[in-house]
Amino acid sequence: MEINIQKRVLEANDTEADINRKFFKELNVFVLNMMSSPGSGKTELLCKTLGRLMPDVSVGVIVGDICTTNDADRLEVTGAKVTQINTDQFGGDCHLAAPLIISSAKKLGCEDLDLLIVENIGNLVCPAEFDIGEDARAVVLSVTEGEDKPLKYPLMFRVADIAILNKIDLLPYLDFDAGLAVDNMKLVHPQLPVFEISAKTEEGFEPWLEWLKIKVFEKTGR
Amino acid sequence: MHEMGIAQQLVQIALAAIPDDIENPKVEKLNLRIGKLASVVEHSLTFCLEIITKDTPLENTVLSIDVVPVRVHCKTCDNEWEVKDSVFKCPFCEDGDVEMLTGREIEITSLELTD
Repeated sequence: MEINIQKRVLEANDTEADINRKFFKELNVFVLNMMSSPGSGKTELLCKTLGRLMPDVSVGVIVGDICTTNDADRLEVTGAKVTQINTDQFGGDCHLAAPLIISSAKKLGCEDLDLLIVENIGNLVCPAEFDIGEDARAVVLSVTEGEDKPLKYPLMFRVADIAILNKIDLLPYLDFDAGLAVDNMKLVHPQLPVFEISAKTEEGFEPWLEWLKIKVFEKTGR
Repeated sequence: MHEMGIAQQLVQIALAAIPDDIENPKVEKLNLRIGKLASVVEHSLTFCLEIITKDTPLENTVLSIDVVPVRVHCKTCDNEWEVKDSVFKCPFCEDGDVEMLTGREIEITSLELTD
């Protein structure tokens, strides 16, 4: 006997993501989901970004890792509100799902925030599948990875609203072809804005900060 | 490795779909539709299902996966085509304003019970 079902398997997560979206909308806080492979420099990028945005913009960060509070410890120094999710208690999940975000956001206290950044777990595959109720998605690729990563992980670059090519200060020492990497991103997502920056030297930071400030302003009106 | 999370959701949906009045139900097949761009590895999904369905009506169930191609629509020239090799730029007008029609599905379409 065949029983017809016709159901999306991630429907439960998507329903929770919609609840998150409503929650963040009521609080007028802009939520950015930041994703990348491990070691692309997300935490350093955030430390420098928060240093430039605060205190004009009130920022909170939810950091996801399988283990350790190392990233949260680094980010707390900036003065931002930070909370760490470790997924080892959930079986070492390689992504943050929607239910985890709202509980962490409530723990963090978002009432006085303009911007909430979710530093997702380092992984170019799984986080792309899970809507967390964010307003925008950023993918970070560093020049110490391959130029063909966008072609190998197309969903991540397809679902992203912006891409950041990080660690450009290392380009003189590498064979990495930044133009080719950007071209590959554009093959997957032709209209993807790409910011080429160095979190270490803050080269190329202005356009990225400008984009972020405009998005925050559009959501919060502040 | 998000296949475990997907397997858990699959089991939940499938168990809820089995009518209450069937005694000792046994699911012999789960029919799925999975988009080519959805990052689901069939072997991993089968492995995760094996682990979590022991002593349930889904034990030893077989997965039948209908792989859905990635199809996109160009908003500029209104053409539709199947995307291969991760290239989403419109081959007709070279524009980039495209929307995905299919290819991200992770769906359960039906289950088959042993008679």
